[in-house]
Amino acid sequence: MDIDYSEKVKEHFRNPRNVGTIKDADAVGRVGNPVCGDVMEIQLKIEDNIIKDIKFQTFGCASAIATSSMITEMAKGKTLDEALEITRNDVADELDGLPPIKMHCSNLAADALHSAIEDYMEKQKKGELKLGENEYDV
Amino acid sequence: MRIYMDNASSAPVDKRVIEAMFPYFDTHVGNPTSLHSSGIDARRALENARESVASLIKAQSKEIIFTSGGTESNNIALRGAAQRKKKKGNHIIITAIEHMSVVNTCKDLQREGFEVTTVPVDKYGLVDQARIEAEITNRTIIISCQYANSEIGTIQPIAQIGAMTREQDIIFHVDAVAAAGKIHIDVQQDNIDLLSISSNDLYGPRGVGALYVRSGILLRPVMTGGGQERGLRSGSENIPAIVGMGKACEIIKEEIKSDSGRMESLQERLIEGVLGNMQHAYLTGHRTRRLPHIASYRFSFIEGESIILSLNDLGIEASTGSACSVKTLEPSHVLIAIGLRPEEAHGSLLLSLNRWNTEKEVDYVLESLPLVVDRLRALSPLYNGD
Repeated sequence: MDIDYSEKVKEHFRNPRNVGTIKDADAVGRVGNPVCGDVMEIQLKIEDNIIKDIKFQTFGCASAIATSSMITEMAKGKTLDEALEITRNDVADELDGLPPIKMHCSNLAADALHSAIEDYMEKQKKGELKLGENEYDV
Repeated sequence: MRIYMDNASSAPVDKRVIEAMFPYFDTHVGNPTSLHSSGIDARRALENARESVASLIKAQSKEIIFTSGGTESNNIALRGAAQRKKKKGNHIIITAIEHMSVVNTCKDLQREGFEVTTVPVDKYGLVDQARIEAEITNRTIIISCQYANSEIGTIQPIAQIGAMTREQDIIFHVDAVAAAGKIHIDVQQDNIDLLSISSNDLYGPRGVGALYVRSGILLRPVMTGGGQERGLRSGSENIPAIVGMGKACEIIKEEIKSDSGRMESLQERLIEGVLGNMQHAYLTGHRTRRLPHIASYRFSFIEGESIILSLNDLGIEASTGSACSVKTLEPSHVLIAIGLRPEEAHGSLLLSLNRWNTEKEVDYVLESLPLVVDRLRALSPLYNGD
């Protein structure tokens, strides 16, 4: 394995946690661009504003995969507000750092998580509206 | 078990070469310019090595100068010829898949007022001689085309281009770093004026190479000093390295046929084993016009650095043209030139063989590669499982 990566990055790359998708996910966040070599998708199951389950899929280099894996561990069980506070730097710190060149391009996991939470909040707003309409129908 | 299949980056040095070099570190210490016995010894060693290098490419020994490697050879050839010929013209033609030492040297020459035309290649990496010819003007002084590409293995129609350049009185430079020692090269037959080779690609030591300068071709030196190497490469000769390169050429001249034959059958096994058994896997480069030691692919939905690091965990060392693997974060210009989209270039893998690789190693790679690719695809949001 490459010398530039910390042991934690290597470990998460070799054995990524929470890989996959969630059936009936409450929210999905997808960031990145295949042209740049990184695409991350995070899916959430949310109950009472708490992240009950979280899964990811990532196309990208070892640091992209490791940061995705790490953020699923960091976010699981947190409230949405707490999860929104996790930054890119927090993820890199938890992994004992990333090579400088990877800090920008392959450290999108926090963005993916935030995007998923925003997706959930959008849906909540629409859902409330929908509920109103349904009531109207009845 | 470690399996080394990154020989296009750096190859092992043949034990017979190391043995030939040893005496020149301690007991044979002379400088070839010295008049005493040790000096004569060194001169003899230098000229023997020159003869061995010349013989590999069918040149005369006086047409060979020793350099520090392929990059320096390309620099001396292009800068030297451009400066020497600038009264005649300022136009240089190269192809889109040249080595960075040609690409960036030409960029630098552009800053000095030279004009550079880059001729595209087709999706197999082949350059069309007619497209080069169409770019020639009365100001064209140099055409530079690699013999074969080190990332995709494609072999260019060098003899055709050579015949054309000779007819038009244009200097023909060929970067043969990847091709030398793998396929037969004949500078006379191919009408080559300048040809770069590197020792390490011949299983010789690193840090030494050669430039063939056809008799009658004049260059302006890049390195000036004591006038060694016909004045084209001043500086005391690196005798141990040069002796090593000479020995490497001597060996490879005898063994090129068996070496390349063996590597070609391993390469075939690698290519067939991947294309025949794996989904969404493609060969890059030309299927038949290719160097015998380059198996190059791309895999959809996954990224090259991840492939390399996963293979490394399984004991296999290879390389990729993925942008994520380099400091510039730009994909290989070769893969872009053959028409791959950046996301496709991300999934590239290069397995480059040496004369010691075995069928057993190839089979282990063929067993391991699907495990790696399947695992990464299972992680990838771009892959839907078909």
